[in-house]
Amino acid sequence: MKATTALNNPYGEDKVIEACGLFGMMDLTGRRFGSKYPIKAISNMHERGNGLGGGYVIYGLYPKHKDDYAFHIMYLNSEAKEKTDRLLAQNFDVLEAEEMPVNPKANVWKAPLIWRYFVQPKKRAAKNQSHDEYVLKNVMRINTEIGGAFVFSSGKNMGVFKGVGFPEDIAEYFCLDEYEGYMWICHGRFPTNTPGWWGGAQPFNILDWTVVHNGELSSYGTNRRYLEMYGYYCTMQTDTEVVAYALDLLTRKHKLSIEVAAKIFAPPFWFEIDAMAPRERDFYTALRQCYGSLLLNGPFAIIAARTWEMIGLTDRVKLRPLTAGIKDDMFYLSSEEAAIRLVAPHLDRVWSPRAGEPVIARLKTVRPLETLVTTWENEKLC
Amino acid sequence: MKSYVEPEFIIERDNEKCTRCKVCIEQCTYGVHYYDPKNDIVRSRDENCVNCHRCVVFCPTKAITIKKNPTQYTENWHWTREAITDIKKQAETGGAILTGMGCDKSYYTYWDRILLNASQVTNPSIDPLREPIELRTYLGAKPDKLELEMENGDVVLKTKLAPQLCAETPILFAALSYGAVSFNAHLALARAAAEFGTFMNSGEGGLDKRLYKYGDHIIVQVASGRFGVSPDYLNVGAALEIKIGQGAKPGIGGHLPGEKVTQEIAQIRMIPVGTDALSPAPHHDIYSIEDLRQLIYALKEATDYTKPVAVKIAAVHNSAAIASGMVRAGADIIVLDGVRGATGAAPKVIRDNVGIPIELALASVDQRLRDEGIRNKASIIISGGIRSSADVVKAIALGADAVYIGTAALVAMGCTLCQKCYTGKCPWGIATTDPWISKRLDPDVAAGRLVNLLRAWSLEIKEMMGGMGINAIESLRGNREQLRGVGLTDTELKILGIKMAGE
Repeated sequence: MKATTALNNPYGEDKVIEACGLFGMMDLTGRRFGSKYPIKAISNMHERGNGLGGGYVIYGLYPKHKDDYAFHIMYLNSEAKEKTDRLLAQNFDVLEAEEMPVNPKANVWKAPLIWRYFVQPKKRAAKNQSHDEYVLKNVMRINTEIGGAFVFSSGKNMGVFKGVGFPEDIAEYFCLDEYEGYMWICHGRFPTNTPGWWGGAQPFNILDWTVVHNGELSSYGTNRRYLEMYGYYCTMQTDTEVVAYALDLLTRKHKLSIEVAAKIFAPPFWFEIDAMAPRERDFYTALRQCYGSLLLNGPFAIIAARTWEMIGLTDRVKLRPLTAGIKDDMFYLSSEEAAIRLVAPHLDRVWSPRAGEPVIARLKTVRPLETLVTTWENEKLC
Repeated sequence: MKSYVEPEFIIERDNEKCTRCKVCIEQCTYGVHYYDPKNDIVRSRDENCVNCHRCVVFCPTKAITIKKNPTQYTENWHWTREAITDIKKQAETGGAILTGMGCDKSYYTYWDRILLNASQVTNPSIDPLREPIELRTYLGAKPDKLELEMENGDVVLKTKLAPQLCAETPILFAALSYGAVSFNAHLALARAAAEFGTFMNSGEGGLDKRLYKYGDHIIVQVASGRFGVSPDYLNVGAALEIKIGQGAKPGIGGHLPGEKVTQEIAQIRMIPVGTDALSPAPHHDIYSIEDLRQLIYALKEATDYTKPVAVKIAAVHNSAAIASGMVRAGADIIVLDGVRGATGAAPKVIRDNVGIPIELALASVDQRLRDEGIRNKASIIISGGIRSSADVVKAIALGADAVYIGTAALVAMGCTLCQKCYTGKCPWGIATTDPWISKRLDPDVAAGRLVNLLRAWSLEIKEMMGGMGINAIESLRGNREQLRGVGLTDTELKILGIKMAGE
């Protein structure tokens, strides 16, 4: 990772500071749609980025390979690719591998070599652990040990496309008009550092979880050191990475629902908790006692997604904007209402969620795993 | 034997201002001032003066000034006045030199070489007068994770948390034993802790029954002398603290001189009146870590696992390894007391030379517990020379959950750090058991001053947190990105786990 970290954060700062524009769009019936509206919407928030980062994640992207892990990997040099290919061949059955199709005419900055692989863990190798755990370990290994190789997308039936450029240019570069999916999340970036490593752009993905983020976590130091205790090492030095690892820890390892994770990230204030009924009070008190180190402090708006759901969340005093909208079966989250209005002028409903209040959209085909009985119930979409 | 020790302080009295009201004579417990009726003048015995400022503050016409004795030995960088005076004292007495309060040497304070961050542009700072900023701190062991289950559409918490202390500010009053300080001082601390929603520590001298009603805000201490330890005492407190060591005197026990052991003190400490109360250097039932585990669990058994058990050690060279062992032995809270930690009485040579700075101990203990994946299993309280809200913020960002303040609390009540607590004659009515002197400390006034201090520091902490864009104290805890060092070596920065300013 050293090589890529040096590119991403050349001055070795605590973390890379950035502000951004976010847009997410999800068809709740799982119907796939093209790039037209997502790109139109994120391009409308051009002023929120500065051309130093743009990216997309598309769920429902590879229906032909829906049960295979799709790796998108950036390489700084051919040696990194050789090493990675060897590691992949050792540990995985590589079903398909190709150089990512790109449009070299697009206005982007110093594109690295990018490859796409569809893989399955080798049967004997992954015997005593879940496939996810096995894949995670290998991804971490490639990212930290090889030097100059970076797996930036590792889920199934989904994929991340990102780089240094405005979002509309990145879309052109990756020929996104050729893809379809039922959920698109887009990101335009305004970092305060120099143009750098494509891997530093957003979205940030780990297995099925993908996160885009607008903000700066004042709690970064606390969050990072807590995650280190659980074996997550923040190599990218971005807030977004912290959010992604925290989601993985809470939902996959600690088996908590996304609602609970949202309440850990942006818990109620103590004066609110003190006024609750005893059971609710005990619950939130325990949550803050146990997971206080994962409270995300400072300004943020995030959109996080996995196969069956998309969630929007802001910090508990809402220092970054987030708006939600719905039209028939199409659900929207955006930094700006104007971007939603542009692609869906006649919304059934549009609202700005309150500070710290998660908005969760789930595929209609999926039964909600669990719910929390609280005040945000009426805002939740199942 | 003629004493060669010269007065440390010289008293200057402006006879034009002096009205001969004799307040100074009344107030001084060291017999410094006396009236000369023949000349109608108040005179002073300079050699008795400890520079406590009682007379200065209470003189109605502000006629008194105390100065450092200007008569100095021949200038010598190595053989300081202190070194020479100490040798003379020992040549005359043949004993160890006693002192009070914490190490007063210039070279151990790291807080002053650590600076805090604030938000600019990319992150809005928060104004605590407009937005909530939370200081509530829970102290005790936290589980690795919570297990939840859904029952009839409700979330049910399956994990049972260990008992916790809830403090409304991350500042607690440090252990000051009854006997070392007066009843009124103890009462003032208890009242202030209860009013502000924090805790006082009983210290190792037991607890007067009159303070039992404040038990929910008292941490009761169990030290090597076991003074005042009874089932009632253990059960009345909000938490228990096993005192292994003290920053002012690591490796040695306590000594309350028999002069201070009055009827009341004797009753509570369960020893005869007028006998010295000696705490052994070690706990004689703890010669190793597994013995500590037994005492921790004996106390947990005695209190039915309803209260957190803290273990306090002096910060010494291998604190990190010891702290790890303490957590594994079952301590819910570990207390680290640094080289600046104060005392009512300690040999001066120990106070000034044994132990390590709390900043370094804290940084290495916090990191070690994280490396071992057990930081959540115990809270860390640090103490030893916390002087301001900035020290508190830096301590929490380095990794502490909360701090104990002892000296700062005493100063709030009137203490001027004259370092003569061991004489039992504290003219401020604090470090004394003399009923006539202790009457000077009005518990209502003293409690009010303590609450004011907590309020002022808490507001300042909120200001600093708001500046960093942090609105809950848990997001400051261990957040070393908010700290930068100045004037530190690479090794110091590495141990503190912080970057150099400008980096």
